[in-house]
Amino acid sequence: MSAMENLPLDKHPIDNGLLRFLTCGSVDDGKSTLIGRLLFDTKTILTDTLTSIERTSQKRGMEAVDLSLLTDGLQAEREQGITIDVAYRYFTTGTRKYIIADAPGHEQYTRNMVTAASTASLAIILIDARKGVLTQTRRHSYLAHLVNIPHLIVAVNKMDLVNYDQAVFEKIRTDYLAFAEKLGIGDIRFIPMSALNGDMVVDRGQHLDWYNGPTLLDVLETSPPAHNETVEKFRFPVQYVCRPQDSANPELHDYRGFMGLIESGMITVGDEVTVLPSGLSTRVKSIEICGEKLTHAVSEQSVTILLADEIDISRGDMIVKTCETLEPKKQFEAMVCWLSEQPMDRARKYLIRHTTRETKAMVAGIEYRVDINSMEWEPAEKLAMNDIAKVAFKLAQPIFCDPYSENRGTGAFIVIDESTNNTVGAGMIL
Amino acid sequence: MTVLTKQTLSHLDWLEAEAIHIMREVAGQCSNPALLFSGGKDSICMLRVAEKAFRPGKFPFPLLHVDTGHNYPEVIAFRDRRAAELGERLIVRSVEDSMKRGTVVLKHPGESRNKHQSVTLLEAIEEHGFDCCIGGARRDEEKARAKERIMSFRDEFGQWDPKNQRPELWNLYNARSHKGENIRAFPISNWTEMDVWQYIEREKLELPSIYFAHTRKVVIRQGAIVPVNVPLTSGELTNQPKAGETIVDLQVRFRTVGDISCTAPVESDADTVEKIVLETATTTITERGATRLDDQTSEASMEQRKKEGYF
Repeated sequence: MSAMENLPLDKHPIDNGLLRFLTCGSVDDGKSTLIGRLLFDTKTILTDTLTSIERTSQKRGMEAVDLSLLTDGLQAEREQGITIDVAYRYFTTGTRKYIIADAPGHEQYTRNMVTAASTASLAIILIDARKGVLTQTRRHSYLAHLVNIPHLIVAVNKMDLVNYDQAVFEKIRTDYLAFAEKLGIGDIRFIPMSALNGDMVVDRGQHLDWYNGPTLLDVLETSPPAHNETVEKFRFPVQYVCRPQDSANPELHDYRGFMGLIESGMITVGDEVTVLPSGLSTRVKSIEICGEKLTHAVSEQSVTILLADEIDISRGDMIVKTCETLEPKKQFEAMVCWLSEQPMDRARKYLIRHTTRETKAMVAGIEYRVDINSMEWEPAEKLAMNDIAKVAFKLAQPIFCDPYSENRGTGAFIVIDESTNNTVGAGMIL
Repeated sequence: MTVLTKQTLSHLDWLEAEAIHIMREVAGQCSNPALLFSGGKDSICMLRVAEKAFRPGKFPFPLLHVDTGHNYPEVIAFRDRRAAELGERLIVRSVEDSMKRGTVVLKHPGESRNKHQSVTLLEAIEEHGFDCCIGGARRDEEKARAKERIMSFRDEFGQWDPKNQRPELWNLYNARSHKGENIRAFPISNWTEMDVWQYIEREKLELPSIYFAHTRKVVIRQGAIVPVNVPLTSGELTNQPKAGETIVDLQVRFRTVGDISCTAPVESDADTVEKIVLETATTTITERGATRLDDQTSEASMEQRKKEGYF
């Protein structure tokens, strides 16, 4: 019997999983229209929503239905005609479910884009065909790269406004590749499109015969949903310990289940594992979800693990395979995006949350700040909101981490200000 | 042995794993949480997720229902039975008690009690010292919800400030709060109505009967199907027909339950979960558009209510 058959997977005949992606661009690039077009052409928009935006379009004196109204959110935003935050949208093609993280493109909203990018496996970078590669294109690409999004789609939009001219598209591709190479971005696809007219978004349309590549939806349908496709090491931060201590039920009397989400890798019953920070080793006795026993479990599953030996384990500990263990770290360097209006104060102590672990931390030094428009490094004494910088931290308690470039789950952390409990920074360990 | 490089989880498995993770984070980070359970379909899914998250242990939180009093008796009976079957503690606090205390004042006796649930909820939070309430809200329900965090911070007045939300990155949730403040946690934020029905189908979850097609006496009022002369748990008889309205027998089902006096059913023959999944896939109208008579009052009514402490 193959291992696959034992997974508690959904029995639906066609299910190509779930893909989370991000759209970068401003209203001017037609980003809202593109999202509206995706929702509209995949029949996600229902009649009452359409009627409501038709009404608004007419009120604003527009002839056609303004698809960008679909992504308009809050009253505060409508009044000011801006987007203040990340919004999440959903659509399905019947074979795959999608979550779009929609972040505004303005310069002052770097933090929103980093937030939206943190859960995405693919980013769509919008370029206005009339304007070509702009500073904001570079900024969006840099941020997508910083957050380590493995797949990029460069959507050259508004092709209708340049007469669907292939030369315009080719020039933008050449320009983009020139700087993407410098950044070291891997998988990039270029698609010419008109979100307004629906060319090359879901349908091919009538105007881009010279383009033989896939439509946007084709790429989305075939892109791997996982953030990382290479074989990753098993990392299991313990979230919660289940000890029913039910004296009436002998089976549950000594039950100790370690509950958590597998951040990466795969685990099989019988595997030799080590618990961090204690360093004690044992074997996996059982893997369960609510009484259902599994032979093995994989990345992104929430499971309960039982061990062969009684080891004292609590929330914040991490279970790894003994052959892939980790060293404790009490200091590290990271790329940090500052998220708070309150600047980073180097005299203060912050709280760092890494996996399910929390520890006090102090800033040992700021090596440089990145000018995200020129991508040049500059010295910095403190960090303001939207700043990206390389920062060295010292910790009160050790953490067990991998470089972010190898493992999102164990390479990322957030910085919390204990006085307000706000999340003030996001970090990616180098 | 087969070497798996990458196993893709089905979308339901992924959503379920995420929801379990969020519930366990609440249990790990908060000292006194509660899970909101109304007997509605979303909170029924939440109970299943909680079982997957914590069994064979007990839930690390009680169930809490903020009862409008405007409920169908079968939903309340279902609520009580389900809590008993699970062996979990159920706390019920009612809008009617808040009305008796004078903290909820209706503009007129027929006013929707949905928005007044906020008051009763905040009173229950204070009474029990809850630092987190886990709810079954979904981002696809409404545009104000599309922008809310999974762990959503509320100040001492229970208010949501859309412009001042904590950034939420990766799966690193921040559920910290000071005394008096609290967190609303939404484990099924990323689920759509379709996902909920597919999950109910897959997990074979039991639902109150009003979710399935049945014959009901209704009138058509401003385009909406309004059930008439319905006896509520409060003892009232809701929605008397107005002069000139004709009562008809219609085959209907409810897509949501809330204050039932302002919840309209949809016309439907779907009497099984399977048929409802099919119908949901082909429907042309949104859940709230079809069924919530009080959401349409103002374009921003949900946003407004959330700022006031609503779920």
